[in-house]
Amino acid sequence: MMTPLALGVLAGAVLSGTSLLYATLGETLVERSGIVNLGLEGVLLMGASVGFTVTAVTGNPWIGLAAAALTGGLANALFGWLVVLRKANQLASGLAMMFFGFGLSALVGAPHVGAVIVGLPKWRPAWLAALPWVSASTLFNYDLLTWLALPVALLVWWVLFKTRWGLGVRAVGESPGAAYASGRNPAVLQFQALGFGGVLAGLAGAHLSLSLTLTWAEYMTAGRGFIAIALVIFSKWNPLRAVAGALLFGGAEALQLQLQARGSLISPFILDMMPYVLTLLVLLAWGGSRRLAAPAGLGRTFFGSE
Amino acid sequence: MLTVRGVSKRYGSVLANDGIDLTLNAGEVHALLGENGAGKSTLSKIIYGYTRPDAGEILLGGEPARLRSPRDARALGIGMVFQNFMLIPALSVLENVALFLKDLPLVLDQEGIAGRIRAIGGRFGLQVDPHALVRQLSVGDRQKVEILKLLLAEARILIFDEPTKVLAPHEVEGLFQVFAALKAEGYAILFITHKLREVVACADRITVLRQGRVAGGFGPGEAQVGTLVKMMFGESGGEAPAAMAPVGGGTQPILELRGASARGAGSETTLQGLNLTIHEGEVLGLAGVSGSGQKELGDLILGLRPLTGGNRWFRGEDASSWSIARLRERGVAFVPEDALAMAAVPGMSVRENLSLGTGAVYRRGLAVDWRALEAAMGASFEALAFPMPPLDSPIAALSGGNLQRVVIAREMAHGPSLIIALYPTRGLDARSAASVRDLLRRARDGGAGVLFISEDLEELAEMSDRLLVLFQGALVGEFPRGSWRLEDVGRLMTGSEEVAGV
Repeated sequence: MMTPLALGVLAGAVLSGTSLLYATLGETLVERSGIVNLGLEGVLLMGASVGFTVTAVTGNPWIGLAAAALTGGLANALFGWLVVLRKANQLASGLAMMFFGFGLSALVGAPHVGAVIVGLPKWRPAWLAALPWVSASTLFNYDLLTWLALPVALLVWWVLFKTRWGLGVRAVGESPGAAYASGRNPAVLQFQALGFGGVLAGLAGAHLSLSLTLTWAEYMTAGRGFIAIALVIFSKWNPLRAVAGALLFGGAEALQLQLQARGSLISPFILDMMPYVLTLLVLLAWGGSRRLAAPAGLGRTFFGSE
Repeated sequence: MLTVRGVSKRYGSVLANDGIDLTLNAGEVHALLGENGAGKSTLSKIIYGYTRPDAGEILLGGEPARLRSPRDARALGIGMVFQNFMLIPALSVLENVALFLKDLPLVLDQEGIAGRIRAIGGRFGLQVDPHALVRQLSVGDRQKVEILKLLLAEARILIFDEPTKVLAPHEVEGLFQVFAALKAEGYAILFITHKLREVVACADRITVLRQGRVAGGFGPGEAQVGTLVKMMFGESGGEAPAAMAPVGGGTQPILELRGASARGAGSETTLQGLNLTIHEGEVLGLAGVSGSGQKELGDLILGLRPLTGGNRWFRGEDASSWSIARLRERGVAFVPEDALAMAAVPGMSVRENLSLGTGAVYRRGLAVDWRALEAAMGASFEALAFPMPPLDSPIAALSGGNLQRVVIAREMAHGPSLIIALYPTRGLDARSAASVRDLLRRARDGGAGVLFISEDLEELAEMSDRLLVLFQGALVGEFPRGSWRLEDVGRLMTGSEEVAGV
């Protein structure tokens, strides 16, 4: 029999893990092409803010969702213009993109702070609801993005490892020179990876404002973009491992919320830190690992052949 | 199948290729033989479309071929196996091959590709597990993958740029069997090398290049090692020029290696049980074709590379575990092979680079006494008759020759007692090269020991009091002054003879 605490944590893990997973999948795609986007946090914020605003204005969360996805893609395209075409430093550009995202999302979302919106609809198949300990909890009562999270992870994995395009993206991330020698254009592939990765990041942001909280608040992502970047490392750039990672971190977040809600004696400040401490532990444990599967060309700028 | 007609290419003042003619026939292994700098690489790059010739043309099946890039060459069925393989270590064999397939479908047919790899592999003796990651493969297997890649991409003309350089002897044998199988199926092979024995072992047709020109060509069964050596190194195969007066002194050893070994990783050369002594007041020449272990030996002496066996002695003390700093304090100067990578910090100014490696000499409290440094370095440049480059410019902005001058001036500034010089005159004009040689000679006359590593036999003959020959990481010959004939040294360098005066 499951205790209410465990059920709560499990349900929360899936809900807050959803946006982490989409963000991680997006960043995995981008990093596989050899680009580090430290601006992910900013992209998430823009997705959350635009998604919320469009939903508040139109009253339709699906239009909001689409707008968020588009915003994510455009934000990454802007980043691509900087680092792929202008060959700017990726780390500096990423941080600049993050602060740009902070500012722009605050500006876009400001008029609608406190607005009440209809979020993404949730449903639970009847046969699952009929299970005895499920009916009383929020378990399996999910929106479309959550239901699709696992299939999307599988899709990203399949595209990366089983298709011609994915092979090209991975080749560019490992060795742009060799990819170029095979007749591919590294810049085109990186732009495509950035675009799709941006769409996924936009959806991740929208899930926060359109499903998880149903509000918009400045800096509501609270470091999820950076946790996702750590999760990419944790999952060794593999979309399937990312599922486990997202659940683990979602669980850490859910656990601390549940403990706080139940009036735990542990200081809430310490509980708030849990996901971030977990992030530090992951980076620590994975640190010098030689089996680290980072793409060999990650973060390096390709200046052309020869 | 492919004809090179009157191809010339000039790099600055060097005529790398001068009116070269060459014919590649289907079903033949054509060896392109020559010393370093003879123009082999330039010619192969022209055939592969990497560089365009200044004059001349390439004909394919009688028609002039349009070769503006490697992509054009590949489309015309010309493939090249580079010395540094163009493989992606993190990807599998299959994926590396798939990248270059012309008919790759949108969704990869992994089993289909694996089947093709196995089929081609079986036919030509190129068995590799298609699902293995390239980083897990030996160098020999990686080379097989490179060849598979070309075959599956439908290349009919295969250029091999010194393919045996990285292989162990038994792997070389395997490669020649692959050549034979390819030949039988009508592929044309251009085999670039400077190892005579291999050429005689597997080539149907031989073209010898010397100083950018075709020095001679041989059909099947015509070539003899002696003739080839003469062609490669020029007709001066007789006595060595006696340009340097021998000095009497110098019996005191400065540096000794006793059974020194060092393992080479990847494309590096493994050094096997080297015994070598550098005496005071002597220039010890070291001959060898490139990649015989010269760089590894230099690194070993300076302590950049740990000994895996044997000892290093410095002036009668066991220096096997000495740090680089300690050796340098004892007056060891080092002019490495690649000055920009090993002896300079590209982003720093000339002045800052001159201060590197001088230890505490110019210390003033916690600061550096730049004025004293500049004075000492100025004197060193003067002694070499080198022009002093602007001290404030970043060192990466200097030309190769100027950079080499800075490194040499710095290393010579403090009257070193042992000088390890790898190709110190490479990239210098004739006058600067002469003054470097002159300075090394004067240092020797002053009692310093010099290890002079070069591939230029004439220069070695002029400089050396004693000459050692390095081949595949082992010392294969030793000659006291005046006792060597360049032809013998050439044979040893190319591995075409086992023993000499050792």
